Amino acid sequence: MTGPADVIFYVLAALTVGSAIFVATLPNIIYAAVALLFTFCGVAGLYVLVSADFLAATQVLVYVGGILVLIMFAVFLSNRISSVKLSNPVHFRLPAAAICLTLFGVLAYTAISPAFVLKQEITYQPTTARIGELLMTRYLLPFEVASVLLLAALIGAALLSRPDRPDIPRPDMEEPK
Amino acid sequence: MLVDFATVLVFIVLGAVTVALMLGISRLLRPRNPTPVKLDTYECGEIPIGSAWVQFNIRFYVVALIFLIFDVEVALLYPWAVVFKKLGLLAFVEAFIFIVILLAGLAYLWKEGDLDWVRTLQETPAAKEGK
Repeated sequence: MTGPADVIFYVLAALTVGSAIFVATLPNIIYAAVALLFTFCGVAGLYVLVSADFLAATQVLVYVGGILVLIMFAVFLSNRISSVKLSNPVHFRLPAAAICLTLFGVLAYTAISPAFVLKQEITYQPTTARIGELLMTRYLLPFEVASVLLLAALIGAALLSRPDRPDIPRPDMEEPK
Repeated sequence: MLVDFATVLVFIVLGAVTVALMLGISRLLRPRNPTPVKLDTYECGEIPIGSAWVQFNIRFYVVALIFLIFDVEVALLYPWAVVFKKLGLLAFVEAFIFIVILLAGLAYLWKEGDLDWVRTLQETPAAKEGK
């Protein structure tokens, strides 16, 4: 079966995989971070195609809007940023190739194994309202616990930023000049 | 549902095409006469010094981290907002508890001065020894 959805799937898959290759191979780490933007957007598009609209929105909101900003700042903060040519070096080609091939084998085996049944008729339904109902009723406790988890992350982020205290040992960090 | 996202796709494609078209047309029409001054980085009329590739203050990272936490909060509140009118007061109370827990964290950070930008200039041990 081929339709517009299939064409869009292949375009999105090409965008995702292609930009992921750029992320891995571009020598300039800032360009790699920008390529990651396209990877995240491509994945969001793929989520839409499997009828996971809430996941797609979250992908754009959290990964494109948040994680990528975080990665960008991590890049900006790196103290070797001026030595651009060293910023994305290639190491351990052979072990990496072995790991990737193994992973590819496992994924390919899983994809063609009979555990996955292809649905001929895909029904696209909005999922957000259903998720909302479940979060407010059956999964209320996980919802509130998620808030506590975020609170812990918030305080952890603040503790990281505190000035060094002599009574708490910390790994050595180079002072920004 | 897919039709709604087709609208999004059309919007993205049209946006990209419009930008490409506008830049392409202006490239065809404009005179091309570059000078070193014109090619310089525009920095509000100042002559730029050094490279833009400098190490940023670590505090930007912390602000990004805090932003990310509230970003995730927003993502969790989306499903709530969709069913809010249907579930009424119960949903309101549940989301209120959710937000208050995080607001308590924000209030704590505020009180402890973690949100103050210039704090590190005043409280580093080196500065204290200097006094």
